[in-house]
Amino acid sequence: MRFDPVINNFDYFLWGAFPQGPLGGLAMTILLAAISIFLAFWVGLLFGLMRNSKNKIIRYAALVYIEIVRGTPLLLLIFWFYFLAPVIVGYSVPELQTTVVALVVFTGAYIAEIVRAGIEALPKGQMEAARGSGLSHFQAMRLVILPQSLRNMIPSFVNQFVSLTKDTSLASTIGVLELTRCAEQVSNRTLNAPMEIYLTILVMYFLICYVLTSYSRRLERQLSRYQARDR
Amino acid sequence: MNYQFDWQLVLSGEYADWLVSGFVTTLKISAVSLLLAMLLGTAVAVMRMTKFKPLEWFGLAFTEFFRNTPLLVQIYFWYYGSNQVLPDFVNKWLYAHDFEFAAGVIALTVYTSAFIAEEIRSGIYSIPKNQLEASRAGGLSFVQAYRFVILPQAFRIIIPPLISQSLNLIKNSSLVMVIGVMDIFYMARQIESYSFHGFEAFTVATLIYLSISLVVSLCINLYNKHFLRQISY
Repeated sequence: MRFDPVINNFDYFLWGAFPQGPLGGLAMTILLAAISIFLAFWVGLLFGLMRNSKNKIIRYAALVYIEIVRGTPLLLLIFWFYFLAPVIVGYSVPELQTTVVALVVFTGAYIAEIVRAGIEALPKGQMEAARGSGLSHFQAMRLVILPQSLRNMIPSFVNQFVSLTKDTSLASTIGVLELTRCAEQVSNRTLNAPMEIYLTILVMYFLICYVLTSYSRRLERQLSRYQARDR
Repeated sequence: MNYQFDWQLVLSGEYADWLVSGFVTTLKISAVSLLLAMLLGTAVAVMRMTKFKPLEWFGLAFTEFFRNTPLLVQIYFWYYGSNQVLPDFVNKWLYAHDFEFAAGVIALTVYTSAFIAEEIRSGIYSIPKNQLEASRAGGLSFVQAYRFVILPQAFRIIIPPLISQSLNLIKNSSLVMVIGVMDIFYMARQIESYSFHGFEAFTVATLIYLSISLVVSLCINLYNKHFLRQISY
């Protein structure tokens, strides 16, 4: 085992060439994941609500988006945006933006399913009671249904964040300088320790994702006490 | 958008042959990995349910590690890293016999088996404990109780998530193109770089993945509607 290429380049793994050059490495991975999950949450919330709408056209539009995206591999989606964006916009879009769009569109569909299931899991009486006491559909959603169901969805959101963090590694295929890409570069430069390098970044990914996973498990236990149930 | 679509180009001749051979490779690598992942996943699930602590911990560490790391990096690890520890003659043999495919299969198998192990374990745990107690009290042996009471019920629950794991495996198999396995996505990229007609090739590849997923998820929904209602709690 030769760990000196890893030790010598450890700061490159953490934040790339940051103060002198572009941000990269683990910092870029986390940044990419954080931006994408924030945007994907809103996209997912929108489509999750559309999926529950009474209007057939809106409901089916959301259904088509969700089913198409969930049936396509993420790598394919990234390449679609990579090739499509320059043709539609007319100039080449930076890889980082392309990746964020692809990740948001991809994760948004999964979050939409979480939102839909979360709303459906709430007892029907909640909506009926809220409507019955004089709230409009929109008010009932905003003040009664969503606060309860969103809280129940938090563990699923955290799990989605974990898989998004893992998925950011695919950005390396179109050249975004995140952790995986940095590892590839160091591996190509040093040539003698690919196993140690990839093992190191596997452990780095693992540490982040494992902390999040155990956090979501703890949340799940805590939140299960407050759930509204049909009795 | 000034792009000339030329569907004839990808749907006939040499490029169509490429896509077909890519599709066959995708199916082949998915099938082999799925079979191995089922076996490995069951083994890991059993490990985690034994009373023997070291085995239980090994199973736990295995599932947690491989579930919480990106598949892409795992693929790189097996492909670029594993030949460092293998003896020379094994490496020579592997390089002569499609090492890319083997590394892809190993990565997909290990990654998917971690998820499958969790599904199997949670499926068996979701059967109430008193089912086992009741069947033991009713005179069945431990093995009989598992065979006739627990597993038939557990399997009904596990089948839909197992199928959706298989679906994930098929979609994830697109990642092996990064190490040069010539699956359908690799072929689509090949066509794009040869002919600059990426759109058509990508559309075909997407439609294939999409139709597999849609058909399978339709089947899962039908299954859920018809069979999952019969489970006793």
